Amino acid sequence: MASSLEIKGINKRFGKGDKQVEVLKSIDVTVEPGEFLILVGPSGCGKSTLLNIIAGLEEPSGGELRIGGRNVVGVPPAQRDIAMVFQSYALYPTMTVADNIGFALEMRNVPKPERQRRINEVARMLQMEHLLDRKPSQLSGGQRQRVAMGRALAREPQLFLFDEPLSNLDAKLRVEMRAEIKRLHQASGITSVYVTHDQIEAMTLGSRIAVMKGGVLQQLGTPDDIYNRPANTYVATFIGSPTMNLVAGQVGERGFGVAGGALPVSAPSAAQTLGLRPEHVALADAEGAAWRGEVSVVEPTGADTYVVVKTAAGDVTVRTAPGTPAPPGQAVGLTPHWSQAHWFDAQGERLSA
Amino acid sequence: MTHSSFSWARWAVYGVLLLAALFFLAPLYVMLVTSFKTAEEIRAGNLLALPGALRWDAWSAAWGSACTGVDCAGLKPFFMNSVVMTVPAVLLSTAWGALNGYVLSLWKFRGSEVLFGFLLFGVFMPFQVVLLPMSQVLGWLGLSSSIAGLVLVHLLAGMAGTTLFFRNFYVAVPAELINAARIDGAGFWRIFWRIIFPMSTPILMVTLIWQFTNIWNDFLFGVAFSGADSKPITVGLNNLANTSSSVKAYNVDMAAALIAGLPTMIVYMLAGQYFVRGLTAGAVKG
Repeated sequence: MASSLEIKGINKRFGKGDKQVEVLKSIDVTVEPGEFLILVGPSGCGKSTLLNIIAGLEEPSGGELRIGGRNVVGVPPAQRDIAMVFQSYALYPTMTVADNIGFALEMRNVPKPERQRRINEVARMLQMEHLLDRKPSQLSGGQRQRVAMGRALAREPQLFLFDEPLSNLDAKLRVEMRAEIKRLHQASGITSVYVTHDQIEAMTLGSRIAVMKGGVLQQLGTPDDIYNRPANTYVATFIGSPTMNLVAGQVGERGFGVAGGALPVSAPSAAQTLGLRPEHVALADAEGAAWRGEVSVVEPTGADTYVVVKTAAGDVTVRTAPGTPAPPGQAVGLTPHWSQAHWFDAQGERLSA
Repeated sequence: MTHSSFSWARWAVYGVLLLAALFFLAPLYVMLVTSFKTAEEIRAGNLLALPGALRWDAWSAAWGSACTGVDCAGLKPFFMNSVVMTVPAVLLSTAWGALNGYVLSLWKFRGSEVLFGFLLFGVFMPFQVVLLPMSQVLGWLGLSSSIAGLVLVHLLAGMAGTTLFFRNFYVAVPAELINAARIDGAGFWRIFWRIIFPMSTPILMVTLIWQFTNIWNDFLFGVAFSGADSKPITVGLNNLANTSSSVKAYNVDMAAALIAGLPTMIVYMLAGQYFVRGLTAGAVKG
């Protein structure tokens, strides 16, 4: 049974008097049943605090929290019908894998045969039937991660919470487990909230993404929204790799005036920053180009080659096909795909154009 | 070249270790051989000589018939007093320390660090300071001169140390483990019994050995707070050695001292491997 999650005006303050720190400032998020919400942001942005508040491990200083329509502020974590996967896995070291998975059921007085059935079902789902008698210390990192997932799945909760569950795994395993989490979410349909600082995880897993910074929700939207219609320059540069090119300038008579010349484009009149993703700029001949620079660095990644072009208005990263001839020092022109350009005002807020 | 100098250094190390071992084992050897000697063999004066035969006479005298003051029933009643005192005092002080350590590391509350700081006074405080007030308290409780009173004294005296041991061990337990258990639906006691206590074997062994040795070997509280029939073995041994008779029975004194020391030695031999392991584990994690 998938449930909704409503976060209304949640605040969190630590300390008192002058030393008070506000780590969450009036957060509003509504998660529909079955959704996969990502909380993403740099460390210290309050995303883990928000997750702990949803879990009931910390209480908010103000605001409302509803799981499946029920107000849960002040309700202890055990009675919120949630399951959580932790960064360190937090497996019980003296218990076998089977006991780890069955512990929450045992605490809820589920009879033993039923418990056993659920443990076996989860083990089959995660392909770890052969590990049930082992202790956590006898497992590899990836296997521990699976057990932590299994422990959460066995409960069949209203809400799954994930606290950076993949950050302790090596790169290859992380990609595998990412796909596994997505598969399990699709199979179970349980509403999930997932905290990460990894933008790839955010983009691949989330049905919606909440980008946070300094305790403030910067933008809440689908991965497509976040990537293609970033609300401000912070979101624009946080999501996407290599990061979006930002070029400062002013709207003038001959277009958007930047250091070293004017770009022939009709920009919104309040525009002060032009945002261009690397895939939305192309290299051109230097001769006759409105925007010129010289190649400073070439970064082949295999599938693409990124060329950093030094211009009078700053460095611009361009995604090109592998093998594009662009020796460092060569003079090149830049052709932006203007229909894909982003415009931001003096405060860095998006201008809809 | 390097090989020979290496092995030379090796031998030097072994030599030093061997000397140290001899230094500490020599008194034990003298006690052991003397306890099996007859009075004549002792008078012969050769401290290191082996006894003519394995005679248990001195041991049975020390255990059952040697005089401690006016009573001549040997160490047996004192030994029994010590057992009855030590076992509950060790178990209770360890359990109390485990619980305190659990709260002070994993269920911190406002002021818990300050409380822990005050508790540390108990570890470093010389116990002579509390003799008089403690005697007063035992009187009020009606526990003066009783084994129950001694158990209480050892429980209070040992609690600070056992708390310190467990607290420093539990500080290394990640908070996420407690949070996971809370979400799974376990409360304060179930988290302790099902998750935290089963992880505690190394520090449990350290604490049990530490407390057993301290309480069994204690003389100060034993001599200060015991009555006629609640004296522990250390007091009994003292009385036995100080009871003057025409001839000093060194063999009986040595057998008595060995009897008094045997339980701590046995405990260490059975659990000693955990002691070193537990201490180093704490050192690395803490």
